[in-house]
Amino acid sequence: MSTRLQSSGRLLNKNNPVSFTFNGKKLRGYEGDTLASALLANDQLLVGRSFKYHRPRGVVASGAEEPNGLVNLGRDGHFEPNQRVTTQELFDGLEATSQNHFPTLEFDVGAINTHLSRFLPAGFYYKMFIYPRPFWKHVYEPFIRKSAGLGKAPKDRDADTYEHFHAYVDVLIVGGGIAGLTAALAAGRAGAQVLLIEQTAHWGGRAMVDQPEIDGMSAEAWVAQTLAELNGMANVQTRTRMMGSGVYDHGFAMAYERLGDHGPHDGPRHRLWKIRAKQIVTATGAIERPLSFAANDLPGVLLASAVRDYALNYGVSVGDRTVVVTNNDDAYRTAIALKEAGLEVPAIIDARTEATGQLPEAARALGIRVETGKGVATVKGGKRVTGVAICAQAGEGSVLEEIGCDCVAMSGGWSPVVHLWSHCGGKLKWDDEQAMFRPDPKRPPMNQNGIGFVSTAGVANGFLSTEGALTDAFAAGETAAKLAGAKGKADKAPMGADAAEQPISPVWLMPQGASYKLRSKAWLDFQNDVKVSDVQLAAQEGFESVEHAKRYTTLGMATDQGKLSNINGLAILSKSLDSEIPNVGTTTFRPPYTPISMSSIAGVAQNELFQPLRKTPVSDWSNDNGADNEPVGAWRRAFAYVRSGESVHDAVNREVKNTRENLGLLDASTLGKLIVKGPDAGKFLDMMYTNMMSNLKVGKCRYGLMCTENGFLMDDGVVARIDEDTWLCHTTTGGAERIHGWMEDWLQCEWWDWKVYVANVTEQFAQIAVVGPNARKVLEKLGGMDVSKEALPFMEWRDGKIGEFDARAYRISFSGELSYEIAVPASQGRAFWDALTEAGEEFGVMPYGTECLHILRAEKGFIMIGDETDGTVIPQDLNLQWALSKKKDDYLGKRAHERSHMADPNRWKLVGLETLDGSVLPDGAYAIAEGTNENGQRNTQGRVTSTYYSANLGRGIAMGLVHNGPNRMGEVISFTNIGGEPIRTKIVDPVVYDKDGEKQNV
Amino acid sequence: MLILRCPYCGVDVDETDLHGGGEAHLKRFGPGSTDDEFHDYLFMRENPKGVHFERWQHSYGCGKWFLAARCTATLEVFGTYPAQTTEPPKEVVEAIKAKRPNWEVL
Amino acid sequence: MSNVVSALDGQVAPGEVTVRELGLRGMITLRGDLSSRKLQNICKKLTGVAFPKQGGVASEGDKGLAWMSPDEVLVMVPHAEAAPAVAAIEAALKGEHFLAVNVSDARAVFSVQGAFSREVIAKLAPADLHPDRFKEGMMRRTRLGQVAAAFWMVDEETFCVICFRSVAEYTFGLLKASAGAGEVGYL
Repeated sequence: MSTRLQSSGRLLNKNNPVSFTFNGKKLRGYEGDTLASALLANDQLLVGRSFKYHRPRGVVASGAEEPNGLVNLGRDGHFEPNQRVTTQELFDGLEATSQNHFPTLEFDVGAINTHLSRFLPAGFYYKMFIYPRPFWKHVYEPFIRKSAGLGKAPKDRDADTYEHFHAYVDVLIVGGGIAGLTAALAAGRAGAQVLLIEQTAHWGGRAMVDQPEIDGMSAEAWVAQTLAELNGMANVQTRTRMMGSGVYDHGFAMAYERLGDHGPHDGPRHRLWKIRAKQIVTATGAIERPLSFAANDLPGVLLASAVRDYALNYGVSVGDRTVVVTNNDDAYRTAIALKEAGLEVPAIIDARTEATGQLPEAARALGIRVETGKGVATVKGGKRVTGVAICAQAGEGSVLEEIGCDCVAMSGGWSPVVHLWSHCGGKLKWDDEQAMFRPDPKRPPMNQNGIGFVSTAGVANGFLSTEGALTDAFAAGETAAKLAGAKGKADKAPMGADAAEQPISPVWLMPQGASYKLRSKAWLDFQNDVKVSDVQLAAQEGFESVEHAKRYTTLGMATDQGKLSNINGLAILSKSLDSEIPNVGTTTFRPPYTPISMSSIAGVAQNELFQPLRKTPVSDWSNDNGADNEPVGAWRRAFAYVRSGESVHDAVNREVKNTRENLGLLDASTLGKLIVKGPDAGKFLDMMYTNMMSNLKVGKCRYGLMCTENGFLMDDGVVARIDEDTWLCHTTTGGAERIHGWMEDWLQCEWWDWKVYVANVTEQFAQIAVVGPNARKVLEKLGGMDVSKEALPFMEWRDGKIGEFDARAYRISFSGELSYEIAVPASQGRAFWDALTEAGEEFGVMPYGTECLHILRAEKGFIMIGDETDGTVIPQDLNLQWALSKKKDDYLGKRAHERSHMADPNRWKLVGLETLDGSVLPDGAYAIAEGTNENGQRNTQGRVTSTYYSANLGRGIAMGLVHNGPNRMGEVISFTNIGGEPIRTKIVDPVVYDKDGEKQNV
Repeated sequence: MLILRCPYCGVDVDETDLHGGGEAHLKRFGPGSTDDEFHDYLFMRENPKGVHFERWQHSYGCGKWFLAARCTATLEVFGTYPAQTTEPPKEVVEAIKAKRPNWEVL
Repeated sequence: MSNVVSALDGQVAPGEVTVRELGLRGMITLRGDLSSRKLQNICKKLTGVAFPKQGGVASEGDKGLAWMSPDEVLVMVPHAEAAPAVAAIEAALKGEHFLAVNVSDARAVFSVQGAFSREVIAKLAPADLHPDRFKEGMMRRTRLGQVAAAFWMVDEETFCVICFRSVAEYTFGLLKASAGAGEVGYL
């Protein structure tokens, strides 16, 4: 059984016991424990069930690479699934539950799949669920969805907060082991600005477990001394619990700082760092590889390094009797550590034919039995290890002996953590001698200056010995500092010493000639249940590319992204293909290194800060007065002002009638307002607009159209000439920034010699449309400027005072009513609106929203950019030929209108549409034509672009684009109506209200 | 994420503060041009694996458009320069040739 | 006029770093030839501060000049003086090609004041705010969260931030949240 040792546990504070729960059971641990070590200390070996076969699984690793130990953590607003027990620090009150089982962890009915594994091979889903076709949607998918997935999705809103932070450094060093510390020392002494980050809460990495000698002192003493030196440098910053998550173009890196995962906390839970580094040194160490032998997934089979970590760091023995299985010297350290802790190591099974290095000899000296040339045929046990069956590594698995044990510590060698090196294109090379992929320093990721910006240091760079790692890391830090522009000297590298090791002998399958029965029980990917036999099947079936084999088998596609399984898997693949490992290559490493929270990606952008909502000076009033808002770009505009007891539809109808009969107020502040000024401004606007703007007289307004160079309509609005050199161009609400940018683009990049300046003054003004038969009366009541027909005729503007307000009044109308649009400085906007509301009371004033605005304009046949236009519509389609100047040689879109398709008489053109029964046409409905097209679909001859209920006319009104429409007045055609009979509709003039325009000319 | 120096502001700017505008040094064809000329102006763009001239706007900063010579394969930036020119400036061409000796101006 | 209000009417979020909407400030977008002696002189006369170089800003209370682009400078004066200032610029630059426009009401102005104010900004802006590289007298136009903004330091622990009026509430919310979340301990 796994239990707590009395003697060791260097990370524990045994004076501070803490309690936590696992599946509701109250357990105890110590401050300094991880959830994994605390569970093991409580003999909770079984932590979860595998994804496909629901096999019982225990912790296999001690760090970020853990594939099995995933739990639901916390509750309510702090609930989060799929948290790794090996990286979760223990705190008092922690609550964890296991996942992926039904009904309980100990008894899981899904485990029946393990007996069906012969029928669930690689690619099973692709093969099985194809026929019969309808079964996928109605039977297979719902079933798979139910059984798929790991943890539970949170039900409550996340109660924590998150943030981002931007940092700019010379040298970012990822990894706080002795290599990272050494690199930081070199770069820091050289004078570079250094940020050193470590994903765990502790410095020193694996050296703290293995305690090599550095500069004549213990690793522990050296780490403490080095950290003190680093923290004494003003140019060096060190941070723990911060993982280098990804490396991106041009020196950009992301780091994930966990501020609140190790106990109750104030402030943000996670902080996502966006770091721009001149140089990045990744000192990310290595991950031990499992060995592929039968039943290597049983709880109690762990990585040899993990067994050692649990014993020395946390004072936890995973088992009383541990068999070590290895192909290298390093795993002997585990045997020695266990023996020294007073535990039993019945045997070390070494696949190599010889083991005579310092460590094996030391093990033998402690009386440990060492069996060379041997392997594990299978592990014995059900929900936990009870023993191992030993065989010859060179054979097919005939059992020579069974050894009773309750823990198996396996080591297949070490794989450098090259993820960050590879994220942005760093290439790898295969090191045959050490049986590992390591970074190829000749092919690093390149930065904007064409030089490599990522280097790896120490073990991550393939230097497994302390001495090699320190020398390499020091050079990496020094070089990075120099490349980042630092001028100082790095001084001398620390010297390390540890036991000399004999070479590893790669073992990809144990035993070498394992039978199918054994191979189909030899796990590669523990989380996704991929076995040696699955990869071999994939190769057999033609999935020869490592990327195809990965997707076919799901090898490495689980949340651990194959940290333990990928190298073993591709070695099996290469053997199956009779190829060499480097020729098969690796799958692509993609960020993040380990999963990061979605909330950290959102950062502060949650709730009311999720996205910026733009507000006009009148928005608060609108929201206080029944506004039912609709989004228009980032603005929220009132769709209608709903009174109590009204539906939105009622409110719209009331507003429509009132504006036509009395007085309506519209907050038009969102309309774009661009000042265009300069000696060449007229010439410039003649290029921007299809019609002529240069000859507009000062004091007057003109409606204008803008096209793209493709000839398609992009915006419209009223242009006012302010003085000889100055025009004010109104744009649509959505167009303000776009058209401003469009103008600047042409001025900066095409006509840079033209003397024109543009400024966007949209938000300087609150602009209020005062609309209806009583519009003039309310303005006259407020007093000031003469707004009579004579003093301010239609399509003119004047500056002056209205009441006490500084105002510019435009006599323009988008409704066909007597109408003024009054612009006042935004700071006076709310007061002006209040003044109009108050003064307008006796004239029946009501605010109206955008829907009313739309209906009023549609009754008058006015087009709306975005309704009548969709990026494929040209002015000619909308019968706006009158706005295409014939006097001008050029304007944007003019050349395009000469293209054959633009001049095609068969283009659909704008008409009004009147249903015979008075109903409202569905938006976007198509006009049905005779016959079918080549795909057998019904031919169409037009479509609805705007459709509303007109309270003024008591029936539906609509506009649409219809083939040859203007020549078919009075003809009745049919429009599609999903779920009903086609709607019989008469083609009519788009202007259906006050055709002669008498109401606006008063 | 790219970082480019705005030649107007003189600051290195993260890509998120920029707005890309496609190929640089296009020649506009208007009325009077042939159908082929106009078609090419509207639709035909270089798509090299290698040196590319492109438009960027410092949209969250000074609002100005500038041009960049950049390798689409390695993301190396050979230079950025103001947009008020019909061809890349001499020093940018030289910088490219120093790094890519076989490259020719189109 | 008593009816004149800024976007947030002087809202304050007190704390270790205090965020404060500073009310209305007169602001004039002046585009033109920044090397013009006449242009520089009228700017200096209206604000009393030195004319800024590329990326620079100089401010003194409500008055100041900020370099916005190679052909644009932001002229800051007390709010009531903005309209007369535009008139003064127009008179001074008569005959030159320029554009002077009052944008006072299109903006919101904030101060972010406190020991870790640099970090509050660095949480939101993709800009290098290290004290060695971002100093008083420098103007940065960039983003705060998802909106355009500009900022500079008025003293070692105080930023002045400007953004568009329509997003004043969002920007205030960002600054308040970032200040309230506390110190990073980095800058």
